[in-house]
This record gives sequence, structure tokens and C-alpha cells, in this order.
Amino acid sequence: MKINIPTPLRAFTDKQATVEVNGATVQAGLDALVAAHPELKNHLFTSDGKLRSFVNVYLNDDDVRYLPAAEASAVSADDELTIIPSIAGGTGLSASRALCCR
Amino acid sequence: MKLHITQADYDALRTHGEETYPHECCGVLLGHAKDDGNHVSAIVRAGNTRTDSAHNRYNISPMELIKIQREGRKQGLDIVGFYHSHPDHPAMWSSTDFAEAHWFGCCYVITSVDKGKANLTNAFHLSGTTEDDKAFQQEEILITKAVGENA
Ligand SMILES: [Zn+2]
Repeated sequence: MKINIPTPLRAFTDKQATVEVNGATVQAGLDALVAAHPELKNHLFTSDGKLRSFVNVYLNDDDVRYLPAAEASAVSADDELTIIPSIAGGTGLSASRALCCR
Repeated sequence: MKLHITQADYDALRTHGEETYPHECCGVLLGHAKDDGNHVSAIVRAGNTRTDSAHNRYNISPMELIKIQREGRKQGLDIVGFYHSHPDHPAMWSSTDFAEAHWFGCCYVITSVDKGKANLTNAFHLSGTTEDDKAFQQEEILITKAVGENA
């Protein structure tokens, strides 16, 4: 499968925008990716091995978190995984006060 | 490190904030990361998916981001930054902006839109490589005549 790497993580994949790995599931693909580029591990996973909350992984056009089998979903050779950090923010005023430090 | 952007793209991202006022606008900067900073070759408007509090929050859905990234790759462009507006609020990053910034090496551009008119536009480079050592550093916006030019 092909794994698309977002710009901030290419520092850990020798600047490659895509990495080709073998694996039968999403988890196997991510494991193969981390095995090939060990520095990625801390950036993708927490210390207990879960995907970081702001790291989204898509299998083709589907958010892996919402697939019935999640990370255990089967992947074929011509499938594409995309790692995409979330992007959000705001002024942090009024309605989102609960999210805000001010 | 400076953010290199054409006058046309710079004007367009400011105008976007005026159009969506009093709500926040947001979009993606496509281009190339170079030694002297990020160079913007195109900007892409994104839909603000926060409907609960769009006046003070912005969010780009991962799927929309993936589509923008795919289109960019076809033109040989990478995501080098993002922009959003602060309606009636300074062009400074907020604690929410900082907490939710995870695109290290990318540039976050913020425009204050006061009473519907774009005022200041500032650029902040997200330095560091992890949640523990990340920092926003203000950087100069260098307006270029054409894409890829240096002055
Ligand atoms: Zn903001």
C-alpha cells in the first residue's frame, strides 16, 4: 500500500511524500512505516501505542477511526493510507470558552 | 525565514475574511518549503466546518484537507501553511490556535477583520517537532511580484 505523509512528518521519512509498505491491515501498514522510519513513532503514537488524538488516518476516503474494524481493517496493495494532522483553531472567545485558557 | 506570497494571493486571503465576516474564514497555502522560508504558489479556500460557533472557531475537515493535498500534489505543490481570520479580534494567535496547531514547519497566517474590513495580517511559523517543544514564531511576510520570486 501507499502511505501519504504530510509535510511536517517528512522530516522523518527522508523528505519522501509517499512511502510504499507491505501489510494486510491498516495497523500492519503503520507498523511497517514506523519500522522503516523509527523516528515517526513518537509523532504518530502515544506512549501506550494509541494514535495521537490530532493524527487522522484515512484509508482511501474513510476515516479509519470510523471503520467497523478500525485499525484492523483489511488493506489491499492498491489502497492508499493518508496520515493527516488536524487543523483547527479560533479566537477562543465566548462560545468556546471551555476550550480556552484565557 | 520569511513567508513568500504574491500580492494577489495575499489580497485574496484578506478578502476571504471580509466576505465571511462576522464568521471566521479559513484556507490552505500550497507551495514549497525552501531554506529561506515557505513559498506560497496558490491558496485554496476551505469551508468552515464549525457551525456551532463559526464566528470564533475554525476547522478544516481532514477529508477536505486530503482533497486539497491531492490536488496540490498533482501540480507538484505541498501544504506549507494555513490562513484564517479573527473577526473583531487582534491578528495574534490565541491559546486555542496554539493548542490545535500540529503542522510543524508550516506557517499560520491570521488576519484581523475589524467591523468587516481586513486590518492586520500576521504570519506565525510553527517551530519545533513535538507537542512539547512547539512554538509560534512571528515571521515577516514578503510580498513577491510573481510566484517563486525573492523580492
Ligand atoms: Zn485564530
